[in-house]
Amino acid sequence: MNLQLKKIGHRYGATDVLQDIDLDIPAGKIVCIVGPSGCGKSTLLRLIGGLERPSTGQVVQIGDPPGDSLNPLTYVFQDFALLPWRSVEGNIRLVLEDHGITNRETEVIISDVLTRTKLTDFRQALPKQLSGGMKQRVAIARALAVKPAVMLMDEPLSALDSQTRELLMDDLVNLWTREAFTAVYVTHNLNEAVRLGHAVVVLSRRPGCIREVVDIDIPLAERTLGHPDLERQQQHLWNLMRDEAMAADQELVNA
Amino acid sequence: MPEISQENPPKTVLFRGGGFAPRPNRWAGAALFIALIALLEMGTRSGFITPLTLPRPSDVLSTFIDLWNSGLLWKHLVPSFSRLLIGATIGASFGIGIGILIGLFSLLRAGLVPLVAAIFPIPKIALLPLFVIWFGIDETSKYALIAFGTFTPTVVATYGAVDNVDRSLIRMGQSFSLSWFSIVRKIVLPGAMPGILSGLRISLAIAIILLVAAEMLGAEYGIGAYILEAGSLYNLERLFTGVAILSLLGLGMSAAIGLLEKWLLGWRT
Repeated sequence: MNLQLKKIGHRYGATDVLQDIDLDIPAGKIVCIVGPSGCGKSTLLRLIGGLERPSTGQVVQIGDPPGDSLNPLTYVFQDFALLPWRSVEGNIRLVLEDHGITNRETEVIISDVLTRTKLTDFRQALPKQLSGGMKQRVAIARALAVKPAVMLMDEPLSALDSQTRELLMDDLVNLWTREAFTAVYVTHNLNEAVRLGHAVVVLSRRPGCIREVVDIDIPLAERTLGHPDLERQQQHLWNLMRDEAMAADQELVNA
Repeated sequence: MPEISQENPPKTVLFRGGGFAPRPNRWAGAALFIALIALLEMGTRSGFITPLTLPRPSDVLSTFIDLWNSGLLWKHLVPSFSRLLIGATIGASFGIGIGILIGLFSLLRAGLVPLVAAIFPIPKIALLPLFVIWFGIDETSKYALIAFGTFTPTVVATYGAVDNVDRSLIRMGQSFSLSWFSIVRKIVLPGAMPGILSGLRISLAIAIILLVAAEMLGAEYGIGAYILEAGSLYNLERLFTGVAILSLLGLGMSAAIGLLEKWLLGWRT
């Protein structure tokens, strides 16, 4: 299933947040969206997944999601959004409960996603017992459990320290290499963007519109820390964003 | 870097952190309690406090033991307990139910919040005669009074608690296409539970106050009736026995809610 954004525009009151966004999200690819803070990248993600209605334009689904997909458009949030009163297993069970799946199938799905995210030993743990990285693994496991057609990841690694971030990036690359998934990945971290994105969309500052789409052809598995081509791409992205970021930084927040 | 010398001795950096972090202390509460009672006992024995001012704690204790031995204690406690239980259960369940509805539906909120705010400050005791006319002099009017009194604080605590449920968890539920009912049952309700329980602490204390008030008006047995009788006879020992029983009742309730919190809210950090 592909997603297509057609002339998406969005405004909060009198403020234009997004303008004329046209974008294709091809199946099996990771599209990263980067931009200076406040450019509306998280808003764009909420529009894509139907958590908010765009003021103009529409998000079109091309082709049907795979038949076994329980929740075609599935989010991974920056703040993990785990229910603190449910165990790791219970948090994953939560999103399977409304689909009329038998107990045995639920069991199979939970075991499978916990194995894929290396969480099997933490099955009964409560979120408060887990580190930030582990919590985000649980959230990723939960997203995988509903077999999404497109994963919508909203700064999933931004709340983590840089070492944990490296580890989780490797995990994401492994997950994708084993079974390619489609994802829209919003981040402000250019390194994450060049490591994980097949295409990197650069948004301008508010009102956000697409400045450039940078395709990166190096296979994900070969994108190691400090890869010279990636460094060059990252530099290029930074050059694109630098002035925007500076201007965005100096903007007054009109509350 | 300046040299260490006679005129320039090394100094340890002063500690200025710490504090502002309450730590649990198991014994302070009991110790203060015992100290106060001991002080009263000494005061009354030495004659510093006259028997007309306060009864001697040991006399209160012996009155309590007499009450226990005569079997009258249960005769008073059982009806009080059942009134408290039935009244508070009705009041709290309605309170939690309506509170959740107010938290979820804007129209209900707009309509009911001012109404609840108007009812809240009415001293429910003042309405007792009215309740007697509506529900009769027997148990029903007592249930109604206690229920009404626990209802309002529970409503206020509950919709406040629902308002405080982490919206990002609700968005998460929506993003996984959970049904509305699932979101309420599995996210809103457990998320509001801490607030509801702390509201219940207040509601139940109010329930005890109203229990006594209700029993002072037309009840043969019950702690309130016992206290009223002791008061009119100016029997301070019995009056204080009754009051002590109420305090114990309150302590017991608070401990019960504490256990409930431990059981239901073990997930909190």
